[in-house]
This record gives sequence, C-alpha cells and structure tokens, in this order.
Amino acid sequence: MHSAIRKPKLGSDKVVSMSEAISDSVKSGSSVLIDGFTHLICFAAGHEIIRQQIRNLTAIRLTPDLVYDQMIEAGCVSKMVFSWAGNPGVGSLHALRRRSQGDSPSRIDLEEYTHFGMVARLLAGSAGLPFWPLKNFEGSSIADFSTGIKFIECPFTSERIAAVSALHPDVGILHCQRADKEGNAQVWGLFGTQREVAFACKKLIVVAEEIVDSSVIRRDPNRTLVPGIVVDHVVHEPWGCHPSYVQGYYDRDNDFYVKWEEISRDTTTYAKYLDEFVFSVRDRAEYLKKMGSGLIDRLKAKPRMCEGVDYGY
Amino acid sequence: MDTKWTPSEMMAVRAAQELKNGEVVFVGIGLPNLACNLARATHAPKLFMIYESGAVGTVPSRVPVSIGDPTLVTDSLSIVSQADIFQLYLQGGLIEVGFLGGAQVDRFGNINTTVIGDYKQPKVRLPGSGGACEIAVHSQRLLIMMRMNPKAFVEKCDFVTSPGHRFRAKHESPQTDKTRKDLGLAGAGPTVVITDLGVCEFVDGEMTLTELYPGIKVEQVKAQCGWPIKIAAQLREPAPPEAPVLELLRNKLDPQRLFLG
Repeated sequence: MHSAIRKPKLGSDKVVSMSEAISDSVKSGSSVLIDGFTHLICFAAGHEIIRQQIRNLTAIRLTPDLVYDQMIEAGCVSKMVFSWAGNPGVGSLHALRRRSQGDSPSRIDLEEYTHFGMVARLLAGSAGLPFWPLKNFEGSSIADFSTGIKFIECPFTSERIAAVSALHPDVGILHCQRADKEGNAQVWGLFGTQREVAFACKKLIVVAEEIVDSSVIRRDPNRTLVPGIVVDHVVHEPWGCHPSYVQGYYDRDNDFYVKWEEISRDTTTYAKYLDEFVFSVRDRAEYLKKMGSGLIDRLKAKPRMCEGVDYGY
Repeated sequence: MDTKWTPSEMMAVRAAQELKNGEVVFVGIGLPNLACNLARATHAPKLFMIYESGAVGTVPSRVPVSIGDPTLVTDSLSIVSQADIFQLYLQGGLIEVGFLGGAQVDRFGNINTTVIGDYKQPKVRLPGSGGACEIAVHSQRLLIMMRMNPKAFVEKCDFVTSPGHRFRAKHESPQTDKTRKDLGLAGAGPTVVITDLGVCEFVDGEMTLTELYPGIKVEQVKAQCGWPIKIAAQLREPAPPEAPVLELLRNKLDPQRLFLG
C-alpha cells in the first residue's frame, strides 16, 4: 500500500538537463506517465527515454498517442495502462496494433479503463485513498477484463456503484508553460489530469517552456497548478512538445499527425523516422535544428493576451 | 459547386438537425465533432459544446482535428480539469446530449470501440472507450452516428464498450435481459442512430428504421444490417442538404475532408 505520508521535495534549484532527469528517474521496469491530453505532451521526454534505451516500462496515460507508440516501436514498453489509444481524428497507433493483434509474437500487456476510470484512479492516488467511487461501467464489458475495477455497495444508500483502485506511477512527467527553479509550475489552456498526476506519482519531472523567477509565479498564484514540494527535477525545454502544442507558445502540428499515418504504417519508414529524428539527434535543440526554421515560422502562436487580475487587499 | 451530396455530408447535416439551440452537448471525436460545429454555424449558434479535454462553452474558429485543439480554448467559457468534466459535468447530470460513433452496434444500441474478435487475441485492436462508456451511461440522451454495413450493424457486438438499452449476461437467454433501469444507468440511452442510408429510432429499446434518405430503398438498409431490422410503418424522407450548407461543410468546416472522407 502507498503511504499517505510524504516528504516535501526541497531544493532551491532543481534544474537539470532532460538527459539527466530521465536517467536519474526512469529505470528499467519503471511505470511512467508522460501526461498531456492533445495539449502539453512532452515528446522530448519520450524521445530521451528511447535514446537511453530504457526497457520493460509500464507506460500509463489516458490517451497514449504518437510518442507512446514510438516508445513501443523502439522496444521500451512491455505494458500499457490506458483508456484511448489512437491518433485523434486520423487513425491508429501502428506499433501498438502490430503488438496487440492476432497471435503477434511481440505482444505487450494491455490494461484498459475508460477516461473517467483513469481520472478516478489518479484522483485516488493523488488524495491518498485506496480507491475512488464512480457511477460507471454497468452494462459494459470493460469491468470484465480490468483488474482495477470492482463494484461496491454504497454504505449509505445500498446502491451498487463502481470503484477503481488508486494509481501511483513511479515517475510522472509534466510539461508546462513556465516554472521556477523549485518546480512551482504554472499552466494555462487544457490541463487534463496534470494536477492529479503531480500528486499521485512517486517522482515528478516538470518540463517548462520557460524558467522564470519565483516572483513571476507569486504574482499570479491562482495559475500555479503544481507546487515545487512535489517536484524532483525541473527541465528547461523550449518546443519540447512538438508535434503536440503549448497554448500561447506554438500550435499543434496537425499536418504532422496526418502524415504520421503513412510514416508509421510501414516498419521501414517508421525505423527511418526514429533513426533520423530520435537516435541521430543528441537532444531537443538538435531536433529543432533538424526541423529547420520553417517549423517555428509555421507554428509559433499568435499572441492572444488576457487582462491581469487584481490580487490587492 | 456540385450540389449532389455524399452520404457523409447527409449524415453530418441530418445529425446537426438533432441538436437544438442552447442544448448542452458533449462533443465526441470524428463526424459528431463536425455535426456539432455545423449546427453551431447554422441553426444553433448558442449550442453549448463541452469537450472531454476540459473545454466548456467552446466557440472554435476552425473545426478542431482533435478534441484537444487549442482553438477550443481561445474564447471558451471555462477550462476545467478532466476530473471536473467527468465528475461535475457528466456524472453530475448536466449533459443533455451525448454523441458517439463506433465500429460495431447491435439492435439495442450497445456500441463496440474496443476490439474486433476475441478480447485477448483480437483481429483488430481499436482505440478503446475513451470517454464513450461514461457518455453512454450519463448523457440524458445519446445520438449514434455510424455508416451501415453488416460488419458494423451486428447481431452481437464482440465487446460492449458503451451500454445501450438491453444487456444479456454470458449464456443467458432474452428472458433474463437487463434494462438500463435494472442496472441503474442515469441517462435515457440511445435515442437516434444516424447512418449513411437513413435514420433509426429506438422503439421499446430496439433499433427501428424511421427515415430513408432521398433515393435510398428499404432493401438497401436490410442488406447492410446484420439482423432483420424493424421497419416503421410510415417511413419519412428528410430534405437533401441545401447548397449553402454543402458549401459551408466543404469549404469552411472540413476543407481537408478529414471527417467527410
């Protein structure tokens, strides 16, 4: 059982390189959650895991997408815990398909829930509870195949409701717009399950588009989603989410997601992509250089400022 | 412009008509996404769109390829966590219309988006539930959008991802079928199925053909359905899409034909 007592993670400067953050936190056999829901998916972290050739990972996320598929194709993943696996609006994850259909010899284990089920598992994990109650799954086959779903009786109304077990991934990786060196992280736009992930994971890496002074964070405390006391490492990685996006920084590279269908369908073009854009570059800076300046011109966000608020008293 | 409509265009137009101005709709991926945005651009400018990504009261200026597109955030009413979306908005009972598609549907509106074939060794691995199961459980009413063919409209789903109207336990007979009420499911379940040939409604929980698109014959529907589908005594024919609506769909809402094919 996960202890509800946690040590605060102190330290005034937690900034390290992506390579250091991954090698220190993600080990062979770890369970890893690189969060994000279309928005803020840290491809840079996934690519570093692939470069370090870490094996036997349990990859956890509501929506495993292209970067999890790439980790699967590169042989890093032995199990996946998820609720929707695909390339949204475009197609399938082909590495996953090749390892989950028919009598595939390189099968990976799948443990699946629904989005609400995964959210509830993270809520339990983040709140120090062994399970979370929800009204769901009745009439569906999902509960028949998932070890983390049971039905219980409400102690007050005797109603039959579902319960899901708490989730405590070994390592969580969150991308945000800005953070200070202690890991106090501010996020705007879609933030999905980031807050629950931050509190449910045993180790947490915060990746930021910008590292700012703590005074910037303190001027707008309502926007701080993750407090530094749950953060182990801070990584400064501009454009770390491409082809995913960061609101206010760069747009989603929808053309790439459409093109990916063709690249990933064929194992030769898939291998060529991984070789060229993951293995043959040292880090995200080299990846961006390889992409060329056209990428930034095409996707850089047009400003859309909001007025500030008055925190005075 | 060619005013001859395609089946996908007719589906989008017919589905949009199901949405009333001001209704709170939980927008799903694919064609439902297009239908909701079409409704907002035409008769339902105040359609209240909620996306499972956490965007509430959205007014997208481009049709989002994915349900987490940044255009859903800009100028929306509120951005919330997914815990809030599923617990407060959906489980809390605020969603009036849910919208789902799938790979298989049976006569009771049970939907499969998980696997084709055996679960452990599937012939085709599909994306899975996402939010579909809970949308089917909690939406006050549910619209289904699917193209008809005998592999999609099946006697029995290989896997029930999202519950419809009736449920049969393994090796049980129709006499012991459970209803939504028996299982305590909050929403009313599927009410309408919009296909590429016509529209079905549920009569006593069973899918029944009620509309045929212009030029489509009952025999075509029967041939594309995997069970002897019930046919309403009076079949209606919806009007074909008008030229301005087709132009909107083709030139503004889905110029890349990501949804229309």
